[in-house]
Amino acid sequence: MSKIETKNLDLFYGTFQALIDVDLVIKEKMITALIGPSGCGKSTLLRALNRMNDLIDGVKVTGKVLIDGKNIYEPGTDLVELRKKVGMVFQRPNPFPLSVFDNIAYGPRTHGLKDRGKLGEIVERFLSRVQLWDVLKDRLEDSALDLSLEQQQRLCIARLVAVMPDVVLMDEPCSALDPLATQRIEELMFELKKDYTILIVTHNMQQAARVSDWTGFMLLGKLVEYGETKQVFTNPQEKQTEEYITGRYG
Amino acid sequence: MRRFKEFIIEKIILLSGFACILFVILIFFFLAKDGLALFKFSSPWNFLFGTLWSPLSEPPQIGILPLFLGSLIVTIGAAVISVPLGMACAIFIAEIAPKWMREILKAGVELLAAIPSIVIGFIGMTMLSPIVKHIFHLPTGLTALTGSIALAFMAIPTMVSIMEDSISSVPRIYKEGSLALGATHWQTIYRVIIPAASSGIVAAIMLGIGRVIGETMAVMMLTGNASVMPHTILAPVRTMTATIAAEMGETVRGSEHYFALFAIGLVLFGITFLINFLADMARHRKNK
Ligand SMILES: Nc1ncnc2c1ncn2[C@@H]1O[C@H](COP(=O)(O)OP(=O)(O)OP(=O)(O)O)[C@@H](O)[C@H]1O
Ligand SMILES: [Mg+2]
Repeated sequence: MSKIETKNLDLFYGTFQALIDVDLVIKEKMITALIGPSGCGKSTLLRALNRMNDLIDGVKVTGKVLIDGKNIYEPGTDLVELRKKVGMVFQRPNPFPLSVFDNIAYGPRTHGLKDRGKLGEIVERFLSRVQLWDVLKDRLEDSALDLSLEQQQRLCIARLVAVMPDVVLMDEPCSALDPLATQRIEELMFELKKDYTILIVTHNMQQAARVSDWTGFMLLGKLVEYGETKQVFTNPQEKQTEEYITGRYG
Repeated sequence: MRRFKEFIIEKIILLSGFACILFVILIFFFLAKDGLALFKFSSPWNFLFGTLWSPLSEPPQIGILPLFLGSLIVTIGAAVISVPLGMACAIFIAEIAPKWMREILKAGVELLAAIPSIVIGFIGMTMLSPIVKHIFHLPTGLTALTGSIALAFMAIPTMVSIMEDSISSVPRIYKEGSLALGATHWQTIYRVIIPAASSGIVAAIMLGIGRVIGETMAVMMLTGNASVMPHTILAPVRTMTATIAAEMGETVRGSEHYFALFAIGLVLFGITFLINFLADMARHRKNK
């Protein structure tokens, strides 16, 4: 089943074209990795899928992005609904300067849940989901900014899945973490794959090879190659892909 | 040679730092010397809690409670008006206004800060006080409320520019994080951005209020200058600052009245010192 489909997607920052005719089909409950050199448009593509680029002045998008068959760039699209469904984890962990509890409860609260008991259950459930409950259950009122970077990133993931999205977009979620923490976040991604469609941007090719089912290789705003991860890494169809994954690029 | 230059510069900076502290201490002692002399004539209790300010009667009645309450009412009134308005204005400038409008508004706020207080007093007297008089059917438009409104407009620019700074410097990733969770722009503002900027906002409020308490010229022109115990915000009052300014010229040096005015100065000094201290605490709370 395809969850997300982009069709002839072009994106301009002012006059600069950052995405050129991208056609991408993302399968449900799989991990899809986007790789490519710096500045090729990976983050831009990711942010086009939940319309975070709308926040930047002068962005123009043409083409379609279908999520569950509906074009999210259609006029009248409800951005709140879209972003509830398509959530995002950022490169730098960005817990709010609030308590651990209030961070997890943030999404449910903004979407109307007030009952403190229910919020408590949600906090426990989603902190457990990212293996933080045992460590943090006595520190729920501490500021989230006092946690370690890895814990902060886990907290951000928990905060996101507490909104019950379908799709989780991750923009280099491990780039601020050490190798061990990275490995543990990868394990968490495997675990989350059961319930969510995950898209991850990464600079780390081993990571893409380890965690993803599908891989897309981008270059200068174009999606050069897209296929099953094993095939892309062992038998790339395009010369540029081969050059990049064997480290001969540029 | 270079070493020597560095040495000199360092010492000059050190000296100017000490000079600042020295001035504050000197001012304090100067105030304290003449202010405390009052208590040769009357007790601190009578001074602070006496309900009659009538320094020219015989014997002189030196109770600053009516003046203190006058200052308090005017200040609270000004805070009630200026804090919500200032907040709204700062949020609008930092978060909502389009870029071109933001620049214009910021320049406007700075211009407002540059208006001398006598001009605000003048405008208040000719435009504001008739309106107050008319709306509330009062015998006079020179009331605590009139002063509060005028002072609010003097506090707002200070508040807005500090608040706007602290709201704008909330990291962008907080805002994006909130929007990415499906929060609306407004939810993002009041659930993440304002809490993240809260220490700056509190400091801004404190500094704005500090300015209100110390203000003299406009209140003297607008509050009616009646040194009686105020019962409503619609009554004429007299503030501590206005009392000093109005009476200093006509008092005999070394008299009880003269020392009483210095004692008022000492009280004012204490209050503003406290407020600045609280503002500082608020500002540093973040990095506890
Ligand atoms: N706000 C912006 N305004 C103008 N140009 C931008 C903006 N953001 C990104 N770009 C440009 O768009 C191109 C793609 O940027 P993007 O951030 O998507 O790359 P990326 O593949 O994520 O790179 P990295 O691996 O360094 O994160 C780059 O050339 C970049 O300079
Ligand atoms: Mg990027």
